[in-house]
Amino acid sequence: MIVAERKPFSEILSMVEDYSRILVVGCGSCVTICMAGGEEEVKILSSQLRLAFKKNKKDIEVEEAMALRQCDDEYMNNPELINKVKKADIVISMACGIGVQHATAFFNRIITDKPIKIVPGLNTTFMGANLDVGVWEERCVGCGDCVLEKTGGICPITRCAKSLLNGPCGGSSNGKCEINKETDCAWHLIIERLEALGELDRIKPIEMYKDWRPSHDGGPRKIIREDMRI
Amino acid sequence: MTEFEPKIIAFCCHYCALAAADVAGKTGLQFSPNIRIIRVLCTGKIEVPHLLKAFESGADGVVVISCKFGECYFKEGNFRAQKKVERAQSLLQEAGLKPERLLFDFVPGPGAKKFVDILNGMTERVRSLGPNPSVH
Repeated sequence: MIVAERKPFSEILSMVEDYSRILVVGCGSCVTICMAGGEEEVKILSSQLRLAFKKNKKDIEVEEAMALRQCDDEYMNNPELINKVKKADIVISMACGIGVQHATAFFNRIITDKPIKIVPGLNTTFMGANLDVGVWEERCVGCGDCVLEKTGGICPITRCAKSLLNGPCGGSSNGKCEINKETDCAWHLIIERLEALGELDRIKPIEMYKDWRPSHDGGPRKIIREDMRI
Repeated sequence: MTEFEPKIIAFCCHYCALAAADVAGKTGLQFSPNIRIIRVLCTGKIEVPHLLKAFESGADGVVVISCKFGECYFKEGNFRAQKKVERAQSLLQEAGLKPERLLFDFVPGPGAKKFVDILNGMTERVRSLGPNPSVH
């Protein structure tokens, strides 16, 4: 899932302090699961804004709303949500960066009588797995050319600090990476896993340089499934 | 000028704090009339938005009273409640309210004296902090 965390309150406050009708919109997918931008977090931020503004004797209105997915027109095309956006002076999107951009494009396409300003309430951090309650760790950088079949299901692009395809490097010590003692050396894990699978020979051939064009270096990526389009 | 009388919400665990309140009533121990009790089946079920909402709705102080650690009827509800109170305290501070307005404490089942002391102590604490600046 996409993992995010809330921006500091002072930063959010500075984005909205000049407006009087604020709408906080949560997203019901990834950021709900990673407890950064779901219904509860919308309530928390809205309460904080009301308390902070009232303390400063400023009369503001903070509305709350949810969209199941802010990255999908289908879940944004909700008359109740669109009305709330129309009434607001500014919208705080509690979705990932994708949701913020998609909501900006969607609402500015649907609502034509005024421009809609949408600001992010979260910092989108990574694509990761939920390791334990309240613990997430990055597992994929979306390089567009998966090598997990060669590395025993452990990604050296994401989990090795140098993204080495032929590891480990000299910074690996007792299974840990030189960047800090809490970070596993991805190549140590890969060798352990391949050994257990009896496939250690897999890493003997030198991997040539990686083609990064399918990654972000080739500009924003796009997939079109012609079979899904009418 | 009349003295400030704080409004305090006490979220009380059914199994310990409420039992303590019963014993307090039967034994004639009195606690401050500024307290409004909200009974919860377990303090672990209190969510952060409930605590913030209490301040938004006019509370000058909020106290969460749970069972002693190790004595929660649901095993770990009181640990969860403590974590949520700590988070809510930092959120309140960000919004410009003193975190001391929110208190977490615990009483053993029949601990009527401690229950009354917590509530009276909280009343005095909030009285000295003054009215909730986001309401008054």
